[in-house]
Amino acid sequence: MRTSECCDIVVAGVGGQGVILLSKIIGKAAVKEGSPVRAAETHGMAQRGGSVITHIRLGCKFGPLVPVRGADILLGLEPAEALRYAHYVSKGGIALVNTNPVLPSTVTTGRAKYPPLDEILAPLRRICRDVKALDATKLAANAGNPQAMNVVMLGALSKYMPLREEIVIESLRESVPAKFLAVNMRAFEVGKGEVEL
Amino acid sequence: MKEYLLGNAAIARGILEAGAGVVTSYPGTPASEIVESLAPVSKEYDLHIEWSVNEKVALEVAIGASWTGVRSAAVMKHVGLNVAADPFMTLAYTGVKGGLVVISSDDPFCHSSQNEQDSRRYAQFACIPCLDPADPQEAKDMTVYAFELSEELELPVLLRPTTRVSHARADVNVGKGKIKKSPTSHAFVKNPARWVALPAHARQRHSVLLDKQNAIKTVLKNAPWNRHLLVLKGDTGVIASGISGLYAEEAIEQLESDVSTLRIGTFPPPDDLCAEFIKHVSKVLIIEELEPVLEEYVERAARVHNPELEILGKNTGHIPRDGELDSRIARNAIADMLGLTVTMEEPQSLTEADEILPPRPPALCPGCSHRAAYYAMKQVFGTDAIFPSDIGCYTLAVDMGTIDTCLCMGASINLASGIRFGGEDRDICCSIGDSTFLHNGMPGLLNAVYNNAKITVTILDNSTTAMTGHQPHPGTGITATGDKTKSVSIEAIAKALGADFVETVDPYDLNATLETFRKAKECQEGLSVVIAKQACITNARRAGVRRKPFRVNDNCIGCGECVDFGCPAIEFHEDRARINALCTGCGVCAQICPSEAIEEVVNVK
Repeated sequence: MRTSECCDIVVAGVGGQGVILLSKIIGKAAVKEGSPVRAAETHGMAQRGGSVITHIRLGCKFGPLVPVRGADILLGLEPAEALRYAHYVSKGGIALVNTNPVLPSTVTTGRAKYPPLDEILAPLRRICRDVKALDATKLAANAGNPQAMNVVMLGALSKYMPLREEIVIESLRESVPAKFLAVNMRAFEVGKGEVEL
Repeated sequence: MKEYLLGNAAIARGILEAGAGVVTSYPGTPASEIVESLAPVSKEYDLHIEWSVNEKVALEVAIGASWTGVRSAAVMKHVGLNVAADPFMTLAYTGVKGGLVVISSDDPFCHSSQNEQDSRRYAQFACIPCLDPADPQEAKDMTVYAFELSEELELPVLLRPTTRVSHARADVNVGKGKIKKSPTSHAFVKNPARWVALPAHARQRHSVLLDKQNAIKTVLKNAPWNRHLLVLKGDTGVIASGISGLYAEEAIEQLESDVSTLRIGTFPPPDDLCAEFIKHVSKVLIIEELEPVLEEYVERAARVHNPELEILGKNTGHIPRDGELDSRIARNAIADMLGLTVTMEEPQSLTEADEILPPRPPALCPGCSHRAAYYAMKQVFGTDAIFPSDIGCYTLAVDMGTIDTCLCMGASINLASGIRFGGEDRDICCSIGDSTFLHNGMPGLLNAVYNNAKITVTILDNSTTAMTGHQPHPGTGITATGDKTKSVSIEAIAKALGADFVETVDPYDLNATLETFRKAKECQEGLSVVIAKQACITNARRAGVRRKPFRVNDNCIGCGECVDFGCPAIEFHEDRARINALCTGCGVCAQICPSEAIEEVVNVK
């Protein structure tokens, strides 16, 4: 866990992956901690299956946008989207990347090619301190529901955020429907277990 | 108490704290969540909220409410204020009774818009005050203040959040202001000299408005949204408006330099505070998004208070006049002013990201009926026809070849007419969504009928305002509060407006749709209207509609016709088509397939 009060996070993914829900869980947890928090979300047009980015700034009282090359953590819910927004991660920052691709329509219709995973991760490894890659979609499926992928990533992220784990879990409990709570709790634990510090 | 609120939810909270009684709006990103946040609690607080038919209607309803003495707000995106500009300009003359706040959410960088106009110019144009919030907290507090200011001055007040305020989330203190219930009984008091803008009255009211300009400055003089930090040894300064003030503060902290700062949240800016600042510095950088509104003010003020002042900003190229700003742009500009070499790391170019990543543009959803309607339209009219289009989800179909224009809400039909009258001989088939048709398309259809435009108008009716988050409209029979109301028939409207041919068809039935488009195209006597009606697939699925998915069988010869249809559920894999788990079962691809290779999955759980 970071010791500094401020922590800039960029979450990148695809519309429908639960990027905004994930960001809300983190932000609410920060408010519970009594820490100032700023976030910027993607709404509207870009959400329709397009690439989506959310900025979250813990301990921040300035504007909601994480400066380019300023993110302590890049959380990629999809590998190509992690690379698309890689310019946000700082030199000393880390990238947590779900390795399970969501193919864009440009690929499924044969107009573009999806690059191999190692070609995506190599430049990421070059520009930041560390890259943690995990198949969060598969881990979520094992936990009971592939849709809980975002919570697997939250579990992994919880090891790096300056927020207490029990507060993050409390925020998670309040943010997901009761009938999905058990699977989300399992997903959180699985994600956490994937990261060793 | 602090809550984690979206900027728009914070504004909604401010509306409640101010005790407003009427809030009107037409949905538009980034403003839509304001009314959506009010919907669940509106009845509890005796608040009338409505999705109005368009922004002009919204503002006029809000004005009527204000003239009965109730606090009211009209909420829209920046381009909506263009639609509402007619009442907006004269409202400044008549003034208000109950506080009236016009909320116009700007969208620097055109995240979800066709332009990035600066609403502060509208406030200048109308000679009314404008508030420019920096963050969700300020947005909430300014909303309450705006109602008070409006009543004090008897003028409308413009609140101008930007996307990074409207769609920012932050810890917002909601403890201070208690939510007030709107008083329930109000009466309109007749006063022709105020409410009847006849020329004789209007001349007087214009003079009243001009006289109020000093009163505006006096009231705003001590507004808490303007504050400065003078650094004694530094003779350089930054003046920044709204969210740019936060970017500037972050940059100054990073640069660890002695720079005086003045943050502005009101327009007109406070004369005394600005004069003091302008006299204190020899060089100043103006940081604001979009138009140089503040910069022009400082240029004028400097002529009086410090003619030697060196003013940096948009005129010197330090701050761009387009797009949105961030702390990096502010930092580089401030460093340049100070003659510092920026030691911070510049973005390392990630050439791989540009080279190897496939584009991921937003696209029509799997099973979206607009795709089917456009497919049929193109089959019948061919690639040579002209396809003016409009504003809505369907504009995402731009790659299908059936979107030749997109200008503003409701323009498609009029552009089609104009292209015809301009001498274009080829077929013209325009398309417009149901909500957009009801917003501003109806006068266009009437005009086309009246002036004998030989065109085909396609109304893509998915029975919702989908793009902005599925708000209801008069064709849905549901109000903003979810209550039942009359549902108007778009087909009956088209007939009443005088179209020669009107036919409604389900775009999921490809043959029927092709046939309807053929008849519309051959409608020799004049104007034809095709209503392609099928519920928005996202809405339908939320309502529990489940159709059996489709799959590709061994008949597939890999011709790719279904893939070219462009549905995200259809993939091309190892020289054959494949249908993935995104399939919603619309079945249109099965009708397109020339080899009977796409079939319904029969034994689905």
